[in-house]
Amino acid sequence: MIAYIIRRIGTSVIVVIGVSIVIFVLLHEIYPSPARDVLGLKATLAQVNAWNKANGYDAPVIVQYLRYVGHLLQGNLGYSYAENQSVAALFQERVARSAYLSGMSLLLAIVIAIPLGIYQAVRRNSVGDNVATSLAFVTYSMPVFFLGLILIQVFALSWPVLGFEASQSTSVLTVMGDWHDMLLPILTLALITVASFSRYMRSSAMDVLAQDYIKVARAKGLPERLVLLRHLLRNACLPIITLIGLSIPNLLAGNLITESLFNYQGLGLLFFNSLSKADYPTLLAYTLIGAVFVVIGNFVADLALSAADPRIRLV
Amino acid sequence: MALAPLQPVGLPPVIAEGGEVGPVQSGWRLALREFASNKLAVAGFAILVFFILFCFVGPLVYHTNQYTANLTQATLPPGAGHPLGTDDSGFDELGRIMLGGQASLEIGFFAAFIAIVVGAIWGAVSGLLGGAVDAVMMRIVDVFLSIPFLFVVLILAVRYGASVLSLSLVIGGFSWLFPARLVRGEVLTVRVRDFVAAARVAGSTRARLIGRHLIPNAMGTVIVNVTFQVADAILTVAAVGFLGFGLHYPNVDWGDMLSTGVQYQQDGYWWLIYPVGACIVLTVMALNFIGDALRDSLDVRLRRR
Repeated sequence: MIAYIIRRIGTSVIVVIGVSIVIFVLLHEIYPSPARDVLGLKATLAQVNAWNKANGYDAPVIVQYLRYVGHLLQGNLGYSYAENQSVAALFQERVARSAYLSGMSLLLAIVIAIPLGIYQAVRRNSVGDNVATSLAFVTYSMPVFFLGLILIQVFALSWPVLGFEASQSTSVLTVMGDWHDMLLPILTLALITVASFSRYMRSSAMDVLAQDYIKVARAKGLPERLVLLRHLLRNACLPIITLIGLSIPNLLAGNLITESLFNYQGLGLLFFNSLSKADYPTLLAYTLIGAVFVVIGNFVADLALSAADPRIRLV
Repeated sequence: MALAPLQPVGLPPVIAEGGEVGPVQSGWRLALREFASNKLAVAGFAILVFFILFCFVGPLVYHTNQYTANLTQATLPPGAGHPLGTDDSGFDELGRIMLGGQASLEIGFFAAFIAIVVGAIWGAVSGLLGGAVDAVMMRIVDVFLSIPFLFVVLILAVRYGASVLSLSLVIGGFSWLFPARLVRGEVLTVRVRDFVAAARVAGSTRARLIGRHLIPNAMGTVIVNVTFQVADAILTVAAVGFLGFGLHYPNVDWGDMLSTGVQYQQDGYWWLIYPVGACIVLTVMALNFIGDALRDSLDVRLRRR
């Protein structure tokens, strides 16, 4: 087990290094230097070259990459000329709010998907199961923003119960308390997640129900409720653990579309604004951190699954 | 001398248990019959064909001017002359959906095609060569898989402009990773089979092995994956368009139309939003139906061997 972890960490580090090289070279290709942003559009080529030389942007790509990584390891994520702040400061403002949105929607998705999947498996092929499967299928095929638009129309415009714009507060605590504005973005993300989670949950629960130990438990006279709670629930949840691990990258990143739809000042919206302003230092830091989170997410998913399921031996 | 029949003459011939013995069904035909018997799959296929015809043949039948803006006709509700109303530049909405659909479908299919071709070749070569080459090729796949897909697509779309070709290349350029893994898995299973050894012994070159033996046998998984790739590509294009980085005026795609529609949601101009959204959902659903059914029918075929 320990040997596996060490080997896995080694591979992950190699992958992260590879990813960072690819992303850095790609963005460097697109945006070699911020000289024009600093000096203005009317700067002459000579001035640009001089600035580049003075600030180290004329060095070969590898040297610039190593320098960048050195900065990263010291916590310096670069400087955004478009926003006139360090990238780290920009992230820090918003990371808590993004984490809240992703975390809450993931939690809500799990709370809905697990009972739903179990219900579908226990009442297999009933009307309820078919309705739920069809709804899940439709939601799965829907782009996130369309689902958001429908929810806004139903709950915020036609029938004004909730707010159509997410909370603009800078304090995370106020955001957490503002369910009127936050419920729709959280619900949109959660429903999309439920669509795929419940599919896995349903098939996993159906597999578990076919197992012998369920039959034994029933034969022993265990009440059905306890059979479901004690045996089915624990065993059917294993794929969900993997899925949660794979959702970790979204804590940073994946809410780009939802945040822009609801105008929620999180990391996703920051990426969107940086794109529009061609703010490449932020884009670079963002993509790199996203990639690191993906690698960490995969690793955590594997570890968590092996911890939860003693039948899996990680070798 | 023929063997005497085992049953007395004069009685009706015994038919083997299970009914009539028909001709043996070959693999593809069997899969096709399974597919045709799945009602959802047939419905999905019909919907897909409908949308392809609607988007490409529709404009030949239903003429609208999609290139000259007419602001006096802007944002009209559905009514005379405009079955789905007009958008904020005065274009007929139904005609716009057809035009947008052309771009969305083209990008979807083209990106999936690139993804499958590149992925299949990469996976097949990697699986066949094995050893260190395989390890390196798969590590490269892992590295690219760790790159957040949507971000890089957006960055490249912003930088290199959005056109049908560039979006297809960018989306396809990141979607080939999953088919590569799938094909490699299939190739690893197939290459230990006897007919591959026989072909090798007969002197077949590696290229011929890949093209003639390995890839056709991995086709089942590949075809299932293609349909899901198209569905994902259409959703990605819609997302990129929705964020405003898709095709620009006067070209249009469905995501771009939705992003315009959002601005008018509070004014109640529902015809700018729901018809387009419904088209996206129906097309993706149709593709998912087809993909699921293909996966089921090909699995059954394998099980029956």
